Amino acid sequence: MRRFVLASCLLAASIGAPVLAGSRMAAAPLANVQLADPEQEKQARSLMETVRCLVCQGQSIADSDAEMAGDMRALIRERIQKGESPAQIRAWLVERYGDWVTYAPPQHGVAALLWVLPAILILIGGFVAAGRIRRRRG
Amino acid sequence: MMRKILLWAPLMVFALFLGVFLRGLHVPENTTITSKMVGKVVPDFALPAAVSSHPALTSDDLKQGKPILLNIFASWCLPCIAEAPVLEELKRQGVEIHGIAIRDTPEDVGDFLTQHGDPYARIGSDVSSQVQISLGSSGVPESFVVDGRGVVRLQHIGDIRKEDITKILAALEDAK
Repeated sequence: MRRFVLASCLLAASIGAPVLAGSRMAAAPLANVQLADPEQEKQARSLMETVRCLVCQGQSIADSDAEMAGDMRALIRERIQKGESPAQIRAWLVERYGDWVTYAPPQHGVAALLWVLPAILILIGGFVAAGRIRRRRG
Repeated sequence: MMRKILLWAPLMVFALFLGVFLRGLHVPENTTITSKMVGKVVPDFALPAAVSSHPALTSDDLKQGKPILLNIFASWCLPCIAEAPVLEELKRQGVEIHGIAIRDTPEDVGDFLTQHGDPYARIGSDVSSQVQISLGSSGVPESFVVDGRGVVRLQHIGDIRKEDITKILAALEDAK
């Protein structure tokens, strides 16, 4: 079994490059170049950090070297440059890929429970504790 | 007895969480991200021709009153090679296919068509994936069935295989 694993790793390493083929095209102009206006670049950057990479899941497009992530960074910088707000761009992306694409999940529906539940649990805990303390004193 | 169970319950719950957490480390989630554009009209776009032998592609070409298959591909994409003969089969059965070439050069697209077959009526060139992103597509190859009014009816992620032909034809028929 171990030998088989080793052999398949070697095989994968030797054919790895062509299997993970990418295009021969250079990155889009704004994929890796900052915007001239530092304020706009800051907005773009913070949006990129909360947009999920589609082909390298678990990374944000700011962290990913994937070509598609580069193209998405270019898209964000171009739109920010044109004067769109980060919220508008995020909404545009969510409209296409769903909530999944954003690391700043919407605070409604089931997700709202995550925010409300801890507060409710702490309240209940407080009441239980208060009841016990009162009983012990009484 | 009941009390004992209650005492151990929190630890049990914690162990359960730990188990889920450990499993997540070893089986990372890898969700297929489907496009939310299904059921909506394709966004407006105008792509230049990807290769001189084929006319360019605009969103208006997807609203000609007849359902079409929009295929997102690239010359550098290996599964696209596997898909090429299946697309030719679909064309033989009367399907109109438009292509969008992602991050590609005219020479490479030309070579790809000569080597692997050419089922396309029009091919647009999307050098920085902008139209691909606006369609909610996340990779190559991917295909969309679009009805005559430009409404996306079906998204097929990955290469279309022989066994998918019936599904694609049915979707095109439904889109009439």
